[in-house]
Amino acid sequence: MKQSAIEISGLRKSFGKQTVLSGVDLTVPAGTVFALLGPNGAGKTTLINIMSTLVSPDEGKIRVGGYDVLTEREQVKQNISLTGQFAAVDEVLSAEENLRMIGRLSGLSAAQSRLRTEELLRAFDLVDAAKKRVKTFSGGMRRRLDLAISLVVSRPVIFLDEPTTGLDTISRRALWDIISQLARQGRTIFLTTQYLEEADQLADQIAVINGGRIVASGSAEQLKARVGGEVIELLNAHDEVIHIVPTTGSIQDINRTLNELVQSVPPGTRVNIRRPSMDDVFVALTSNEKEVLHV
Amino acid sequence: MIATDKSVKPASLMTTNLVFIGRSLRHSLRNTEALLMAIMLPVMLMLLFTYVFGGAIDSSGDYVNYVVPGIILLCAGFGSSSTAVDVSNDMTNGIIDRFRTMPIKSLSVVTGHVVASLARNLFATGVVFGVALLVGFRPNASFIEWVLAIAVITLFILTFTWLFAAIGLVAGSPAAASGYGFALLFLPYLSSAFVPTDTMPSWLQGVANHQPITPVIETIRGLLTGTPLDDSAWWAVGWCLLILAIAFLWSLSSFRKKAGRR
Repeated sequence: MKQSAIEISGLRKSFGKQTVLSGVDLTVPAGTVFALLGPNGAGKTTLINIMSTLVSPDEGKIRVGGYDVLTEREQVKQNISLTGQFAAVDEVLSAEENLRMIGRLSGLSAAQSRLRTEELLRAFDLVDAAKKRVKTFSGGMRRRLDLAISLVVSRPVIFLDEPTTGLDTISRRALWDIISQLARQGRTIFLTTQYLEEADQLADQIAVINGGRIVASGSAEQLKARVGGEVIELLNAHDEVIHIVPTTGSIQDINRTLNELVQSVPPGTRVNIRRPSMDDVFVALTSNEKEVLHV
Repeated sequence: MIATDKSVKPASLMTTNLVFIGRSLRHSLRNTEALLMAIMLPVMLMLLFTYVFGGAIDSSGDYVNYVVPGIILLCAGFGSSSTAVDVSNDMTNGIIDRFRTMPIKSLSVVTGHVVASLARNLFATGVVFGVALLVGFRPNASFIEWVLAIAVITLFILTFTWLFAAIGLVAGSPAAASGYGFALLFLPYLSSAFVPTDTMPSWLQGVANHQPITPVIETIRGLLTGTPLDDSAWWAVGWCLLILAIAFLWSLSSFRKKAGRR
């Protein structure tokens, strides 16, 4: 059996009265790409921050790269690299200076840092911009530099918090290529995303998080299957989808579901039955039913 | 293509500090407006006090010898206040999370700003001394007295820089950090920097005589222009060391606290 890169059990975290994570269990095998999928405020970033030692958990056991994030913080730090939600680059410095600085801080000699910087600038298509201050960079360039900085030295576990949020389609695809390449080298990659397509494209395993809880996990196919073969959509008078319910597609199941729903929907609601997409999986797993129904 | 070498040993504390000092120095040199302001403002203040207020305060024309030590301190206070903004900028930017998740002492990022501030301010102090000599400042200090005066000024800059670093760490935003810094800069006006404290109303004398800036100014003035030192040197060093210790511990604890909360 392969060793686990990340093991989380019974993780809870609150900020004051607000519970952010309420009992998360996760295992990520070494050398795989794991996508944590969820809407804004689901607890994705908090989970990443806990795994990368920035935030302490209230409860639970968390091991990253085989080390405990609370008692073996320094060892964990030597095994991870974090690319946060906002490009963590020094805007006043140039791309080259950023990379060299991180190289020196990571323990490379000045000569090694220079060499590694040149390699990474080439690999991430930043040679022309190497001497420019990062302040002048586009979103895509910033993200590429951000990722390059994460790879200055080899770390077995890479955290990417919403790596492609705010990027255009071309930059996003370029970043996907880089991430896939890293995955092929045997790194463990833990990424969070709001985009189903991204999870579908990159990840071996997907977990859906909502309201501080993992509500489903598995491969993309397993998740689709879990929601059922078909869905019942409720549409309002303007043809807008107001609710989606998974169904087995049998007449009994559809009949029972509709009977349950008929009490609470406004007059004029219509029904549509169709096969699910990844979007349906997401909506079904993350929507709070009461809220959706009473819109 | 993106393959990396074998894992390396974490950087030593020495290397970490040097890298962060280099980073902050680069930041200082590239923020030309702030650098220019740090030098121009004290020079303008000195010209203002010497030529505009000087005649009214002391018509003998000797006011420049009185006011230069005060201007030097005001300049140092103003120059170090930008540390609060620099530190706060770093703390509200994503880069601090990267530093914190690396196997290094991440407080060194603050140390870097402190050392850069020290360098910046000593340079600005040099310029102010130069201009002071041009407008008629005539110190009568011996070599030893000069060395001691510069040592006191350095200690004062270091103290206030750490204090401003702590303010930068607790402030919610760079703008707030700048605001708190501004409030502290009124202290020199309530001291013997510009007028002898015995010209003030008696209730204010109590404040002015017993606040930390007055003994520092009296020490520098005494060393450079030969006014009586009495025990102000001891008070100056004592105050500075006390504030320095408090500011350093405050920085340390707020840096840790912020780490846990975010």
